[in-house]
Amino acid sequence: MGTVITVDVRDPDLPARAVNAAVAWFHEVDATFSTYREASEISRLSRGELRESECSADVREVLGLCAEVTRRSGGCFDIHLGGGLDPSGLVKGWSVQRAAEMLQGSGARNFFIGAGGDVVTRGRPAGEQRWRVGIRHPELGDRVAAVLEAGDLAVATSGAYERGEHIVDPRTGRAPVGLLSMTVAGPSLTYADAFATAAFVMGEEGLAWVAGIDGYHALAITADRRMVWTPGMEMLLLRATSPPG
Amino acid sequence: MPSAMPIRPAATLAATAIGVVLLFAFRTPQAAPPATAVTTPATSPSSNPTPTATPSGAPPLAGSSPTPTATPTPAASGLRSGTFTGQTYSDQYGNLQVQVVISGGRITDVKLLQYPRNEPQSSFISSQALPLLREEVLQAQSAKIDAISGATFTSENYAASVQSALDLARA
Repeated sequence: MGTVITVDVRDPDLPARAVNAAVAWFHEVDATFSTYREASEISRLSRGELRESECSADVREVLGLCAEVTRRSGGCFDIHLGGGLDPSGLVKGWSVQRAAEMLQGSGARNFFIGAGGDVVTRGRPAGEQRWRVGIRHPELGDRVAAVLEAGDLAVATSGAYERGEHIVDPRTGRAPVGLLSMTVAGPSLTYADAFATAAFVMGEEGLAWVAGIDGYHALAITADRRMVWTPGMEMLLLRATSPPG
Repeated sequence: MPSAMPIRPAATLAATAIGVVLLFAFRTPQAAPPATAVTTPATSPSSNPTPTATPSGAPPLAGSSPTPTATPTPAASGLRSGTFTGQTYSDQYGNLQVQVVISGGRITDVKLLQYPRNEPQSSFISSQALPLLREEVLQAQSAKIDAISGATFTSENYAASVQSALDLARA
């Protein structure tokens, strides 16, 4: 199983090694965190062959962040799966966030990274334009239901419309009902990714939960085909009256 | 303890059969299309960049073999210019097929030719409760979109189809 990662740098002079470092980083994350690799640290930790204290700093950081989101979401985010361990709901966002910081550290100012539906944007695509991030239509796979416009932003979406993606409500053990998708935008993709999963579990109440977190905004598409968003999201939404770019 | 986690592999960076397909695009500010396109098998980051698509899912549909549809010209990246149609991959939910456009050694577009539709498409955009959404859908199609946020795409088949198109571009 793979995912497609896009790194689109608009700065003209960025050395190739900066992007190569990001590539190497994603491979490292895969080797460390994949629950589908028996030899990964996460798999070994999950089987009890490693103690958390014996894990790498990255693994301990991710586990700490997961515990934080579990706490903040009242248990709507939980990485303990039937005795196993699966931090995937935060790792993807965290790794893209880290890659973005690496690129910035190398001098990149204008770029986006997209990884399987999680997006980080920085700077501008060109001139004075702002980045446009489409929120995928839950039923029309090649269309978007809304468009966000921003400079620096992180956007993550959780949903039930991808076959095989079973987000389970940790409180009930069942799939949450009520929403087709939940999108969270904010300064860090690490949190946006995990918040989107937790807020999806909460249903429409997740909107209020996200709205209460400083800097983060949410947009839900409900099972009865409504689009509902927090006040902060209003500023990011490209309005229908805006001239197309 | 039960979990709020997506159980599905595609929600992770996990790679098994087909590897992580990394599409890297540089863009200079004024020159429109992205620059270097590189694919790297996840299992061997330091090895040569020859794509190794070994999809584990259903075999490509009969009659859907990839066909270059433009006049290819070699480029420094090893990718010929042209429009390359990836193989169709299917599962019980439908078919997925992409078309990759390459210009000057760079991937300039990835189009979805076929994708699974989950439900009848009418209910969402015709909803009276959501006139705004209808406008947004129509408007969004004409807006230039840089990136898409959504629950992880049908990743295995998507990645496999992209990879098969790139294989053609390198052939």
